[in-house]
Amino acid sequence: MTTRETSTEKDPSPQAGGSEPPPEGPAAQPKRPRSWSVALLIGVLCALLGFAIAVQLRTVDSDQGLAGAREEDLARILADLQSRQDRLRSEIGEQQDLLEQLGSGGDSAAAAVEEARRQAEALAILNGTIAAEGPGLTITIRDPDSHVDATVLLDAVQELRGAGAETMQVAGVRIGVSSALVGDAGDIRIDGVEVEAPYVIVAIGDSQTLATAMQIPGGVEDKVIQAGGSIDIVPADRVFVDALRSLDVPEYAEPAPVPDD
Amino acid sequence: MRGIRTGPLIPILGLAVGITAGVLLDPTVPTSLQPYLPIAVVAALDAVFGGIRARLDDIFDAKVFVVSFVSNVIVAGLIVFLGDQLGVGAQLSTAVIVVLGIRIFGNVAAIRRHLFRA
Repeated sequence: MTTRETSTEKDPSPQAGGSEPPPEGPAAQPKRPRSWSVALLIGVLCALLGFAIAVQLRTVDSDQGLAGAREEDLARILADLQSRQDRLRSEIGEQQDLLEQLGSGGDSAAAAVEEARRQAEALAILNGTIAAEGPGLTITIRDPDSHVDATVLLDAVQELRGAGAETMQVAGVRIGVSSALVGDAGDIRIDGVEVEAPYVIVAIGDSQTLATAMQIPGGVEDKVIQAGGSIDIVPADRVFVDALRSLDVPEYAEPAPVPDD
Repeated sequence: MRGIRTGPLIPILGLAVGITAGVLLDPTVPTSLQPYLPIAVVAALDAVFGGIRARLDDIFDAKVFVVSFVSNVIVAGLIVFLGDQLGVGAQLSTAVIVVLGIRIFGNVAAIRRHLFRA
């Protein structure tokens, strides 16, 4: 069609049917019928083309095109679909792993926070930075003659610790790891705070064990009585150790890295 | 035909009628013909674009258009049919599509030069 060489002269014919290109074809043919029939043919061909396009679009769209596809095409389509499926599957696996990691990460983070909070509480009770309550003893040492000195109170603290007291306070002073009891009878200082009789010791722990520790022969009770004082030991289901001390901040020591296993 | 003043109207009208008929009737293509329909469509499109170009070049000839349209479709179908018989139908239909696609590109470029002078 594009190779067709025709004259470029303008045909003067005003007829709607147009004109024949003069150089070829039997020029004797009647002009109007042929031009109209050819135009009709063109229209029909175009209609066929449109029809085919529409049908083909429908076929592709409805996926029923697979029924007529060639075997090799089907194999290629199948391979494409399979590789796509593999890709999607591995993607699913990765996403699931990620989801699991995130989920367990959240769990372990929450557990770590809970564990850290528990440890902080335990350390705070041991250090005396927060008040504590629980079963224990209230010991009252009276010293009318001022013969009870710091060693008796120190003995009491050590005996109570040995018997498993978890935290305690002596005469309103919380006992921590660096507590010091010094002074002569009647002039006792605990951590630099002057205390006066009667000395009230509150200790949390197994009250039976603690009471026994106070009453061993040659123990605290004997010493207080020898010094002319008296001692009351009152077990209770619930005692309050509410004196606080400031945290002992280490000046030289610092945490060493935990060696990895 | 070069002289037909209603030239653009008839093909467009025919195209519209055909598309409408295809959409409305929604016929099922026979399975044996399904590989050939897209080839035939592309071949016919090649003929149509060639016709448009020829018309713009003022050398349009209806007979050439009709013959090229029909022969394009038939030859393309035959090539693919032959390929199917030889077991290389997929490759040959790709080849036909590539060739026709190149021709369509060339014709569209020529049309574009005519219309936009660029």
